[in-house]
Amino acid sequence: MDFIFSILSDLMHNTIVFSTALIFASLGGLFSERSGVVNIALEGLMVVGAFTSAVVTYFVDTSFGGGALSPWIGFFAAAIVGVLFSLLHALASVTFKADQVVSGVALNFLAAGATVYLVKIIFHGAGQTKTLQNVFTKLSIPYLSDIPYLGKALFTAYPTSYIAFLLVGVAYYVLFKTPFGLQLRSVGEHPRAADTMGINVYKMRYIGVMLSGALAAMGGATIALTTTSNFSHNTISGQGFIALAALIFGKWHPLGAMGAALFFGVAQALNPLVQLFGLTKYIPVDFIYMLPYILTILVLAGLVGKAIAPKSVGKPYETGSR
Amino acid sequence: MKKVLLLILVLTLAMSTLLVGCGADKETADGQGAKIGMVTDVGGINDNSFNQSAWEGLQRLEKDLGDKVNIDNAESTKATDYIPNLNQFISANWDLTWGIGFLMGEDVKKVADQNPDAKLAIIDSFVDAPNVASVTFKEHEGSFLVGVVAGLMTKSNKIGFVGGMDIPVIKRFEAGFKAGVKAVKPDAEIAINYTGAFDKSDLGKAAASTMYDQGVDIIFHASGSTGDGVFNEASDRKSAGNNVWVIGVDKDQAIIFGDEITLTSMMKRVDEAIYQVSKDLVEGNFKAGLVELGLKENGVGLPENNPNIPADVLKKVEEYKEKIVSGEIEVPAE
Repeated sequence: MDFIFSILSDLMHNTIVFSTALIFASLGGLFSERSGVVNIALEGLMVVGAFTSAVVTYFVDTSFGGGALSPWIGFFAAAIVGVLFSLLHALASVTFKADQVVSGVALNFLAAGATVYLVKIIFHGAGQTKTLQNVFTKLSIPYLSDIPYLGKALFTAYPTSYIAFLLVGVAYYVLFKTPFGLQLRSVGEHPRAADTMGINVYKMRYIGVMLSGALAAMGGATIALTTTSNFSHNTISGQGFIALAALIFGKWHPLGAMGAALFFGVAQALNPLVQLFGLTKYIPVDFIYMLPYILTILVLAGLVGKAIAPKSVGKPYETGSR
Repeated sequence: MKKVLLLILVLTLAMSTLLVGCGADKETADGQGAKIGMVTDVGGINDNSFNQSAWEGLQRLEKDLGDKVNIDNAESTKATDYIPNLNQFISANWDLTWGIGFLMGEDVKKVADQNPDAKLAIIDSFVDAPNVASVTFKEHEGSFLVGVVAGLMTKSNKIGFVGGMDIPVIKRFEAGFKAGVKAVKPDAEIAINYTGAFDKSDLGKAAASTMYDQGVDIIFHASGSTGDGVFNEASDRKSAGNNVWVIGVDKDQAIIFGDEITLTSMMKRVDEAIYQVSKDLVEGNFKAGLVELGLKENGVGLPENNPNIPADVLKKVEEYKEKIVSGEIEVPAE
């Protein structure tokens, strides 16, 4: 029994590490899509976040001696740059009423190209940043982390993980318990009605997209500052799209998105465990590498039930239109 | 009007990514000194291991020979970049083009066959062509020695190995390491994990985290920049007060990741090999064919300084080294 509990505790622990970035990014997608703007640019926003956090952390640490404070500065710098970058998406899809998917795809390409290009300029031709010496380290919550098994599983984690879980609660409260949240959701469901009630549709959608930029960039920063310790072209590699899947799987609800993100995290955390117990004798290792993706397809294909998107998501709003 | 503006915006965004994609063409060679280019695999030039070591070899050559040599590199971000990157140098008539890594073997062969006048060289794979120099290493011999270190220094009697891809080169690391551990600690448990990638530090971190959780106290990684994640996890554990270690690979990784977590490293002198072959070229002595570097040739082995290894363990290592060099012990390669 002891053995099984310890395995489960490890699994939970690793799951949280891998889910954190997905939780940030899918919360980001939530704010944008609830306001009626499809945000396929989550991937690009994560890339920009990871890039900014790595570069800022590196220079704050090496040039100004930021020490343990530098990852925090990098983390918040990423959020700010994420907001600025997402403004491009808002400008194209809200003000100029572009096709939101096209604009999102364009941003993804721009992010992928521009960040690697800038890294090459900043780091003298190398395709990845130098390894960061000061990154986030795991925090143990006093007393709680001493609980057998559970303490290890839940109360020893990166500070970003705690922030992510906290933000799930905040997002739920803001979206469903405040006037602002009601306005944001109404703009995503029926912008015409909202407009009639005196809500500034464009303003709400801009806010939705900017929040999504900040959150997705924080997700990207989490990856650079907790798992990879650097930024390169493959730091993010598709996690933004997985976050988008988590958002749909979670039915555009903060708690649902969190659950879905944890589910995808489990799939990733299972990989080393399966190998550790020598199961590769029975299953080729390549199938284990496929596991997260297979689970994603299975879940999205059948097990979700009907996911209902905000009614006006993807439709640009024209003042005075019917 | 708005539609036009929008179109311009979208086009600008799209174009900017296209332009970023176009690398500058390599300058054509024009007599001033030998031109030597190198193409990295997907690990990239700052991978803290294999590719970086290769580039350092070329940089050292440039420093030593000055004007007589010009160097440049092209980084690959995916497997389909290998051929275009190699051709970039070949079509500009560079004197020698290096392909770094086993994964590039087939592509180097293809390019070499198509350009019989060009000279190429490759690390970690044998390419049978009249214009290609191949350098491989006896990784199993060096891995045996770090296996001895791990076997003698483990407290939990559990040791881990994190591999990149399941390919012959990495299998040599695994086989030699296991043999080394078993030689000094026959009852030690060895956990094996292949992450399937040389460029995914998150997978390295997950693998290390799982192993350390299960009581492993020393992990040897042979996984390029995936290993960054192993080091990242180890330093996390170390700062939480757990006594865990990593054995680095290719370079002396203590220089990058610090003596607190790096027990030692299985150095693979890619830099030395590249330096030597390139220097031969500059001096007009380029030879195609295979060169194999083991403990005897100093192609693999431990770094000079090992502050974390006690003297009696180092003495044992030295004994085994002599036995391998003299042929008394034959280290299995798979």
